[in-house]
Formats: sequence, C-alpha cells, structure tokens
Amino acid sequence: MQRVIEFFIGLIFGFGLLLSGMTDPGKVQSFLDLAGQWDPSLVFVMGGGVLIGILGFGLARGKKASFSGTPFH
Amino acid sequence: MTIDWLNFTPLTSLIGGVLIGVAASLLFMNSGRILGVTGILEGLLRSRVGDKAWRLSFVLGLFASGLIAQWSWPADWIHAPRIDASWSLLMLAGLLVGLGTRWGAGCTSGHGICGLSRFSLRSLIATLSFMATGFLTIFLIRHIF
Repeated sequence: MQRVIEFFIGLIFGFGLLLSGMTDPGKVQSFLDLAGQWDPSLVFVMGGGVLIGILGFGLARGKKASFSGTPFH
Repeated sequence: MTIDWLNFTPLTSLIGGVLIGVAASLLFMNSGRILGVTGILEGLLRSRVGDKAWRLSFVLGLFASGLIAQWSWPADWIHAPRIDASWSLLMLAGLLVGLGTRWGAGCTSGHGICGLSRFSLRSLIATLSFMATGFLTIFLIRHIF
C-alpha cells in the first residue's frame, strides 16, 4: 500500500512540474533572464509550492511520526 | 527589464506549484521524507542505501506522469521541453547539477520547496545561492558573451 501511495505522490509531483512549465528548461531560463524578455511564471510555481508546503509541513510538525509510522527525517 | 507577457503563465504555474506543494507535503506526512528529487535519486544509485523501494515507487510515478500527460492532456497544457544544446554540453551541465546538488545537500525541490516551507535557514541560503548563480550565468551568456 505504501508503494502505491508513493507512486501517486510522484505522479502528482510530475503533473505539477508539467503544468507549471518546469519541465521546459527554456521557461526556467526565461525566468533567469532579468535583462531580457522576463517570464516571472516561476515565482508563481515557488509561491504556490511554498504556500502549500508551509501548511503541510506545519500540520506534520505537531505529530510524532508519519502516517506510515516511520519517523520524520 | 521587459516582461514576456506572451509566455507568462501565472495560472497554470500557480496550479502546478500547488500540486508540487501537495506532493511534498504528502510525502512528508505519509512517509516522513523530504521530497528532494536529486536526493531521492542519489539514494537509488547508492549501493549502501537500503530504503530503495519508496524511492523507486516515487520515481516510477514521476516517469508515469510524463507518459500519462503525453497521452491524455491537451497539448497546450504541457510545456514540451525544447533543448538546443549538444549532447556533450548537456552531459557537462548534468554533471554540474549533480555535483552542486550533492555538495549543496539539495536541489530546487528539496531546498526551494521543502526547506523554505520549513523555514530552514540552510535551505534559504542554498536557494538564494543557486538562484543568484542562475541569474548571473544567464546574464553572462545572453548579454555579455
């Protein structure tokens, strides 16, 4: 069961990368090109990820162990 | 600075970022692990690391996402990677990414998403450092040389 959950987490992560445009090195380079035609999309990727992450990691902070019983690394 | 409005994708990038955050949160809540892609890969390649099963499951899911999207998503949802560099340059770049992420103990997902979400100072320094290097490298390559 754990292996299935981890598979789906990988799937969600991959969908996130694809949808956000982070699978395209050209899009990342456009973000890094401040002096040229700047594409600020990556700010939204990081912003969305960190915002949800603060919630998720914050929720986990009060707990002793993860759902699968393994300690937090 | 001029903004590239034509390629600016705030909505899909935000939704994608949220999915990345959801995946990172779920992996930590469920398995107690940090979702750092290079770290997960490193554990798969190292012979001494014993916990390969969850790493493999995650990586298989990651690969599957690409296949599923290719088969079932509308074309304009996917930013198909376009790579102009030669094989040798790509290999050199890959080697640098590998060395940098191992010496820096993390990549964009591990430090940039998970670390920043946990208010880790080490991750903030790592993220600022690789972002600054990225800005500088692109500036030098596109506007100086």
